[in-house]
Amino acid sequence: MLSALPRPWQREFNPCIQCGICGGSCPLGHAMDSTPRRIIHLAREGLLDEVLRSTTLWLCVSCYTCSARCPSGLKITDLLFPALRDAAMTAGLQPPAEVKKALDSTYRYGNPFGEGPRKRLEWTKGAGVPVPVISQLRRPVEVLWIVECYPAYHPRNQRQAQAMARLLTALGVDFAILGPEERCVGDCERLAGEQGLFDSLVEYTTSLLNRYEYGEIVTGDPHAMNSLRRIYPGAGRRPPVRHYVEFLADRLDALRPVLRGRIPARVTYHDNCTLGRAWGIYDQPRALLRAIPGLTLVEMPFARESALCCGGGGAGMWLDTMIWQTAHERLSDRRIAHALAAGADILAVSCPFETSRFEDALKSTGNEGRLVVRDILELLDESLTARSEVQA
Amino acid sequence: MKIAVLLTMVPDLVEELEIDASGTALDAQWLRYVISESDDHALEQALLLKDRHGASVTALALDYGDVEQTLFTALAKGADAAVKITPMPEGGPRRREAAAVFAEILRRQSADLVLTGVQAINDLDGHLPGLLGGLLDLPYVGVTRSVEVAAAGGVIVQKEYPGGVVAEISVPLPAVIGVISAPQPPRYVPVARIREVMKTRSISAEAAPELGAQPAPAIRRMFKPEPAGQATMLSGGTEQAAQELAAILDSRGLLR
Amino acid sequence: MSTPSQDVWVRVEHAAGTVAPQTYELLGKGRDLARELGGRLVAVLLGHHVAALTQTLGAADVVLCVDDERLGSFTPDAHARTIQALMEEAIPRLLLCGATSAGTDLAALLAGLVSVPMVVNVRGIQVDGTRVLATSQLCGGKLLCETELGESAILTVLAGAFPAEAGIVRRVPPVETMAPPKAIEQTRAQVLRLIEPSGEDVDITRVPILVAVGRGIQRKENLPLVEDLAALLGGAVCASRPVIDQGWLPLSRQVGKSGMIVKPSLYLALGISGAPEHLEGMRNAEMIVAVNTDAGAPIFNVAHYGIVGDMFEVIPALVAHLTRRKAA
Repeated sequence: MLSALPRPWQREFNPCIQCGICGGSCPLGHAMDSTPRRIIHLAREGLLDEVLRSTTLWLCVSCYTCSARCPSGLKITDLLFPALRDAAMTAGLQPPAEVKKALDSTYRYGNPFGEGPRKRLEWTKGAGVPVPVISQLRRPVEVLWIVECYPAYHPRNQRQAQAMARLLTALGVDFAILGPEERCVGDCERLAGEQGLFDSLVEYTTSLLNRYEYGEIVTGDPHAMNSLRRIYPGAGRRPPVRHYVEFLADRLDALRPVLRGRIPARVTYHDNCTLGRAWGIYDQPRALLRAIPGLTLVEMPFARESALCCGGGGAGMWLDTMIWQTAHERLSDRRIAHALAAGADILAVSCPFETSRFEDALKSTGNEGRLVVRDILELLDESLTARSEVQA
Repeated sequence: MKIAVLLTMVPDLVEELEIDASGTALDAQWLRYVISESDDHALEQALLLKDRHGASVTALALDYGDVEQTLFTALAKGADAAVKITPMPEGGPRRREAAAVFAEILRRQSADLVLTGVQAINDLDGHLPGLLGGLLDLPYVGVTRSVEVAAAGGVIVQKEYPGGVVAEISVPLPAVIGVISAPQPPRYVPVARIREVMKTRSISAEAAPELGAQPAPAIRRMFKPEPAGQATMLSGGTEQAAQELAAILDSRGLLR
Repeated sequence: MSTPSQDVWVRVEHAAGTVAPQTYELLGKGRDLARELGGRLVAVLLGHHVAALTQTLGAADVVLCVDDERLGSFTPDAHARTIQALMEEAIPRLLLCGATSAGTDLAALLAGLVSVPMVVNVRGIQVDGTRVLATSQLCGGKLLCETELGESAILTVLAGAFPAEAGIVRRVPPVETMAPPKAIEQTRAQVLRLIEPSGEDVDITRVPILVAVGRGIQRKENLPLVEDLAALLGGAVCASRPVIDQGWLPLSRQVGKSGMIVKPSLYLALGISGAPEHLEGMRNAEMIVAVNTDAGAPIFNVAHYGIVGDMFEVIPALVAHLTRRKAA
């Protein structure tokens, strides 16, 4: 058993003034054995045994609230919790079963679902437009679209990938995807503490990206953007990496004329953790929504920097059972109440994790039918094809 | 106690299985191999005995289907040694032949306890541990969910029966045990540890013995069953649908 | 060893004074095979104080019985070596064993001892002239394999492969009693005790019939209706996450990505929409039947049979029809 974190981490957390803002801000702080503040304290004192065995370790959903508010600027989300999880697993302590399965699957198949790599192309069949694979194109492209695992494999998210294909086509963007060669970028695996797995994914994806020529990378997955943009080595020297909200917001002048269909509904937007607190991207998604004819944008309580995580961030998608058993609540249930309070017809999101989580939350809180959940891509696509399903 | 854990690589069902041109075997082109699930449990069971009683654990596997990755993972999890038996035909030998090969290799070693999964998904001409018990003339019990060291010597295993019934059986050593599950799920080992082991440890090779033909039935045809397709919807109202369903369940032997 | 006969042997599986239902399936099929091959159907009965069981084995031409204290509790060693000794006298064309916990152990060990070819997980056997062909199920049912058996073979057979009625004949068969072989005098494995399940926690991954409920169950109070159906089918109740999260069933009953992965013979999904997280836990069930009010529910994409309807109407109707059939 480790008696202390390796030297670099200890130095990293020396600036902590034990103010407790992290613990007070953490959406699950009340359910933890030790809040982030206390964990930093214990880690600095070399009392890791208690920390590595606590349930706290596997309650963090990587929502970046603590990191965003820490007056000392400590990287709690990106460094502390992943390092502690890594230390725990290296010491032989077992992560929750769901996390184990996701990590095993990613290692073996390149995605947390344990699906075959060839199935990454399944969603393209229903797109209605050609979706070129860059290895078959054999030429440079303007945009290399990193689809990522949820949009490629999860049935609810495949519709969003299809919508994005249609939007890019309507805008005349020269794009291509990686197809079966693609492996998970690994942001969630990194946050889950599997540094070795993340390193192997970085090696693979970096070498894969180096084989092709492209103007920029666009992705619909905020987590992929997170790691590619900041954590992958050489990030600054390579072509830019952007989330679709940034890419499409830049093209509003070209987009507006093709958004023919009206969506006369009250729409509220949930700021996801990675685009929001981690990257400060709040205006672009709203600009996209306002561009849709007939749409009324309303803000829900706790918007922008203070948005409450849906519970899926980081390894959160694999911690549902753990969180339910320990905290007896779901963050998505809490957040859906905010959307309902805004009096919205539609809850708009821009992270693949969120659609299913919020749709489930509507059912489990008995609010099914009171509002619908749509990714911004789906709303833009509905307007594009003048096929609005929602009435005010 | 010296424990030998036998690991078998089986077709990974995540990929679509295709039959080759001969119509009697799987098409190797898209075939990927994965460790047999119950062998993973057998390894975990061995490691638990090592954790608790200081047993030494050697993982052995026939050399086909990217077995090195599996053996390195076994070392990373805590196995003391890993052995690949080589050469092997592509896709591995049939189970009966595999049993004969392992039996010969095990005769050269002096394992007190042989652990391996009680069944593998592509078993056709036999199940490995049972066959080994017969070939080596050793005590054998299979479908175990736990193996514990007995104070008086030997091991005590829990053999699973349907309906949650379990038989506690004492088995003298040396013995062969067919594991269906370990008392806890196979442990996770971080990728960093596997990569470290790949750099610092090595897998030893044992020459596969020359054996004569083994008794096994000839494969005439391998094929995929009729595709299920979309669900057959039972219509005509609740009463009729329920009646039809009851008939279907009965005809499938599901009413006992 | 002597040369093989054309006899078909069926290993009788029994517990607590009752012959296992599958044995009758094997006897029924064995009778047909023996006729076609021109041999006898022999029921092989090993155990202690098993005389009373012989009269239920009327489908057999003869019962070969070895009755000994050391065969009372099943161990693969004692039973396989006894049959090995029987085979010293006469080798059957076919030995049929159920692919059960005891059957697979015995068959594999025996095959290793006597060097007779073995085929496992059989679901069909045909006689074609002098050839015998067996069809086995591999890879969770994704593959079938037809093999040609030689002059003798040991088979493990899947439950439900053959009808049991053909193996139930009201007749008292002749019994040949053999003494236990010297081989079982040597102490090998010994059964210390049998542990019955506590009744509290069921391992749903081991139950062959599961009745699963989802949000459609609506209230905890509706569970007894489902439990009755499960009891009638001899199965267990399980559920998708939302039901477990409500605390209406324990965590041990959860099926899905966050719960158990199950591969039962029958998965009856009631009021379950079929979210990917749930499908991950049960999509490989051998037979999936789904009942849902929503014709577009994704569960129907993986189900083999579907009923669009209200589960609270379907269940009582189903229970009535099942009860009638079981009584017949």
